[in-house]
Amino acid sequence: MEIKNAAVAGTLESSDCMVTVEPAAGGIELELESAVMRQYGDRIREVAMETLDRLDVRNARVSIVDKGALDCTIKARVECAVMRAAEHEGRIGWGGVIR
Amino acid sequence: MINAVGRDIPEEILEITGKEPFQGNYYRDDKPVTMAGPTIRPVLNNRKSKLVANIREALEKCDAHDGMTVSFHHHFRDGDLIVNMVMEEIHKMGLKDIRICATSLGKAHSTLVPMIEDGTITNIESSGVRGGIGEAISQGKLKGLAIMRSHGGRVRSVATGESHIDIAFIGAPTSDDYGNLRGIGGKADCGVLSYAIVDGNHADHCVAITDCLVPYPNFPAHISQTKVDYVCVVDEIGIPSKIATGAAKPTTDQRKLLMAQYCTNVVVNTPWFRDGFSYQTGVGGASIASTQYLAEIMRERNIHMGFGVGGLTKAMCQLLDDGMANVMLDVQDFDLDAVHNLKNVNHHRIPASVYANPLNKGAVVNKLDYVVLASLEVDVHFNCNVVVGSDGMITGAQGGHPDTAQGAKCAIVICPLLQGRIPAICTDVTTVTTPGESIDVVVTDYGVAVNPARQDILEALREADCVPLKTIEELRDIAYSIVGEPQRVEFEDRVVGIIEARDGTIIDVVRQIKEIDTPAVYKKKNKRRANG
Repeated sequence: MEIKNAAVAGTLESSDCMVTVEPAAGGIELELESAVMRQYGDRIREVAMETLDRLDVRNARVSIVDKGALDCTIKARVECAVMRAAEHEGRIGWGGVIR
Repeated sequence: MINAVGRDIPEEILEITGKEPFQGNYYRDDKPVTMAGPTIRPVLNNRKSKLVANIREALEKCDAHDGMTVSFHHHFRDGDLIVNMVMEEIHKMGLKDIRICATSLGKAHSTLVPMIEDGTITNIESSGVRGGIGEAISQGKLKGLAIMRSHGGRVRSVATGESHIDIAFIGAPTSDDYGNLRGIGGKADCGVLSYAIVDGNHADHCVAITDCLVPYPNFPAHISQTKVDYVCVVDEIGIPSKIATGAAKPTTDQRKLLMAQYCTNVVVNTPWFRDGFSYQTGVGGASIASTQYLAEIMRERNIHMGFGVGGLTKAMCQLLDDGMANVMLDVQDFDLDAVHNLKNVNHHRIPASVYANPLNKGAVVNKLDYVVLASLEVDVHFNCNVVVGSDGMITGAQGGHPDTAQGAKCAIVICPLLQGRIPAICTDVTTVTTPGESIDVVVTDYGVAVNPARQDILEALREADCVPLKTIEELRDIAYSIVGEPQRVEFEDRVVGIIEARDGTIIDVVRQIKEIDTPAVYKKKNKRRANG
């Protein structure tokens, strides 16, 4: 999926995260800031990268500011930000890559 | 050396401190112990004035020197101005290597951090630390070791001379010119001076600091003129609105109310809930709600509380006023209602030693039936952690947790299963501050676990069928199934603090936090996969 413009999803409320996706060249650049970095930093990165991979995003700058979101929330926010950034809203493949 | 709660206490630490590893709750029971006395300068000269012009003069007259130990009490809580005003003066005098022996330190004292960094303060003994000081210690900025003690443990340490106080600074809401101190009657009332009484008894020098000088004699004195060398009058000793943070508003958080209900159900269905039972609880929303639920059942069944003890709140004092409790024993007041309630003749001040000292001839906590506590973390061994955050940063205080948990016949910990993403019920707590052998029941929003060592409680609750019983492992598994198992927090090798058990043995150590060295930016090269 091609990232066409910058887009944001999520909030900075506790147990949520704010995901920003921007166009970039040369791969995925993931920046993470988390309230639970020491305990869940690796897991959050893993979930974000898996999600990007599943959406077939190859080039993007992704920034996540996490306030203790669960995996399902992180997935949903990344998916939403990518869909917005790829101008895919309205033609979301429910049941396909979005599960 | 592995201690009785399975924690590895480095030999080096045992050597430096001369302390033993924790060996179980009753290790020092009935073993002879000698108390220490202070070296004082008697006042025979009846023309001597105890009044000094300022803190500087008090410090000079008390022979302030490098390497000395100064002590403070925390009855003014987040409104405390005493610690900062004294330490600033010590800093100005250029003194170094100061050891602070405080009953507790909080957010009000983050201004001490630069003094830790420049070597003015090199050792800290406290119930705990919050805010900037906690971070500074965790980051390894304190040259010496931080020692965390329970309220009872601190009294024990001062009384046995393990912590020898050179100068005690006692903030007093009122004082006369000869050092009779009271916790009430002034501009910044804290009600009681319970934690500072041992300082008066055992410090070589004792300076009273007040913002309300009253005519002699300020009686009945909570700390006597016979303990006080100098009296210093200042503009302000505390910020009243931050001393009594106000009675917690009744909580509407359904999760807390559910836990409060479970907690009350545990209390009323265990054998100690009978006329004359004794009880201690805290200031959290769930604790206060639980006290109110309990009061309803006490009325229904016409059961009266023999005594309540602890840091007191409006909810507990209400029981006294309503005739539902016979006596309140007070070491600290959390709100103004509790301060005002001291007028009730059955509301008694007690010194911290009477409350919780493990090495006297029996403290009040030994007579407790129930205590309701909170915890940052509880592990599957029922060990609790109330000092170090799950991220490894020092952020709390032992308070009376280990004292009351050991003393009470039924120690209940209320703890939501999850704090945001952090599982409060876990495999191993970050740091053990209260041993699992002291903890009997853990109440969470997902169910109640009873320590297998307490089959009597388990039987009673099973029979009453009043709460969803789970094993502690089941609770941990539920937590991990929701948030995932946390990765282990990484620490440096350096020990920055030790957690003392009540009796002075070492129950755990706190290590320096590791800076997060994984790059914040994670890059993945765009590699086309074969199937991509």
